[in-house]
Amino acid sequence: MPEAPAAAPWYRRLMLGLLLAPALLWLFALIVLPHVDLALLSFRERVAPRQYVASLAQYRTFFGEPLYWRVFVRTAVLSALATALTLLVAFPIAWTIAKLARGRMSALLFVVCLIPFWVSETVRTLGWMILLRESGVLPALLVHLGLTTQPVELLYHDATILVGLVYTSLLFMVVPLVGNLESLDNALIEAAYDLGGKGWSILREIVIPHAAPGITAGCIVVFMLTLGNYLTPTLLGGKNSLWFTEQIYTQFITRFNWEQGAAFGFLLLALSTAMVWLGLKVSGQRFSDVMRRA
Amino acid sequence: MSAALLLALLAGVQARADNAQVLKIITWADYVPAEVIAQFGKETGIQVQVTLSNNEEMISKLRATGGAGFDLAQPSQDRILGAQQEFRIYKPFDTGKVRLDEFVPELLDIIRKNATIDGKLYGLPYIWGTEGLIYNSKRTRISDYPDLCKPELRGRTAVRLKRPTLMAFALASGRNPFALYDNTKAYTALMEQVGKTLAACKVNFRFFYDNKDQLLNGVRSGEIDAAMMWDSGGWALNRANPDIKFINPRSGAIAWMDTFALTARGRNDAAAYAWINFVMRPEIAAKVARSVGNFTAARGAEALMDPRIRAQFAETFPDGLKNIKWYPAIPPGLEAIEGAILDRVKAAD
Repeated sequence: MPEAPAAAPWYRRLMLGLLLAPALLWLFALIVLPHVDLALLSFRERVAPRQYVASLAQYRTFFGEPLYWRVFVRTAVLSALATALTLLVAFPIAWTIAKLARGRMSALLFVVCLIPFWVSETVRTLGWMILLRESGVLPALLVHLGLTTQPVELLYHDATILVGLVYTSLLFMVVPLVGNLESLDNALIEAAYDLGGKGWSILREIVIPHAAPGITAGCIVVFMLTLGNYLTPTLLGGKNSLWFTEQIYTQFITRFNWEQGAAFGFLLLALSTAMVWLGLKVSGQRFSDVMRRA
Repeated sequence: MSAALLLALLAGVQARADNAQVLKIITWADYVPAEVIAQFGKETGIQVQVTLSNNEEMISKLRATGGAGFDLAQPSQDRILGAQQEFRIYKPFDTGKVRLDEFVPELLDIIRKNATIDGKLYGLPYIWGTEGLIYNSKRTRISDYPDLCKPELRGRTAVRLKRPTLMAFALASGRNPFALYDNTKAYTALMEQVGKTLAACKVNFRFFYDNKDQLLNGVRSGEIDAAMMWDSGGWALNRANPDIKFINPRSGAIAWMDTFALTARGRNDAAAYAWINFVMRPEIAAKVARSVGNFTAARGAEALMDPRIRAQFAETFPDGLKNIKWYPAIPPGLEAIEGAILDRVKAAD
């Protein structure tokens, strides 16, 4: 039959389309459509009740009001700092799990990292608040040990926000790092020692280059989670949190200003895209490689 | 296969039948006590589903759905007019279906003045109260809003980062913000001045609270010595610890009133009317009042009110309601001016 060979690819294409349909529908209905709607919102301005005109006023407000700029930059800087700190904390943990612990011990360590995620982020953050507030556990301990004479308020500082953020994102850095470090052949490290390498130079010349895709993947995930986090900065930062997501929430919910909120949302999206691009450029990684390793 | 389909269909029909018997209310904490829901269910067969919220969220949620998803909302009386003009989220009451003689006439008059659009009434009074000051008399003594900024209270006070705080400090500066609602220029100038006062006072605020419990927690644990607070919360603290006082500030407590409002696309108006007539009966209203710790707008419920709360009211307001300021309706757009000021206070060092 002459039709048969032509029918097969057509049939196969249909199958492929059907298999992909849920994912494509998801992407289109829940991600693309809302973003288009938000984009349209961000380019209009209220002139009178129920009357809107196309305008760039929302973006002008952002660039004209130093306050919003400051919060924007602050969020980016603190997120980058939180990402770096998470990497510093996560690397030894991942190294222990991947290289030092054996069998059950390594599985156990992994579970220990995972356990905090069995409860929701709200509960974890409230836990930190109980520990750090002036009438809380840690200030009382400091007084008991004689380190301070009065209970000190440990909440509502930038450092508190960073502690919360690092704690929340630790797992997302540990997982890709463990995957990468496990694939590093121990013989390479032994050979490096044989050739006279020292701890630091081996780390720099062998371990980090090997783990680079994992590091980049972890950093991208953690940075995005941190930048878009709302709960942790708001609860732990209190009156001084000044996180950009909070500004977006405020514009949408308490100011009824969807237009400004949408514009802020797009600026945050642009910021995270730019930072990820910059991170890839600086580390010399390719996005597709990194995502495969993550 | 067909049996499963049939079952699913039946379940859908069943769910729809149930829907007709459900009243969905978006309201504040303690406004719809479980005891009252049970009694209403027994009497009418209607189930009540409660969603807890606050003024801004109520408006935002209804705006997002065009006034659907709930049958009855309970915004503050000053928040109806502007929100309705801007977002069309409510529908007017058919006053023939409500027993208007159950309401305290003075409170009904306030709503009539503030929530009537094109001759139609969009709200009915439910619960009212005041916002004033609390302080711990063992630690400090204050008499007006700006006292929260006294140097010795550094880090020991709290307010909400919302418009009531702006109004309170504006009143304390000797101006009347309510008289300037329609004068955008003068209002902006006044708000800018208030914003500067609050920014300078920020070192004194330990936090900006979002809900009653957060503040009550702070006061109970001794972290907060003085704060702006609603009367019900203040009196509750006072009942637990007599050192904590709720007072009418020298510039005047600000009076709020929460209402009933029908949502624009609510599906069960009949149940909403039944509910309103039910909870405004004096004996039911008194139960609600005990649950919230505030007075209701039901005529005759005051006599059934907890005598301790009546005594506390008399202590806070020895001259009755003379030095109390009622919120007038907020015109659309006013909140944008206030929002910019609140953002600046938040960002101040």
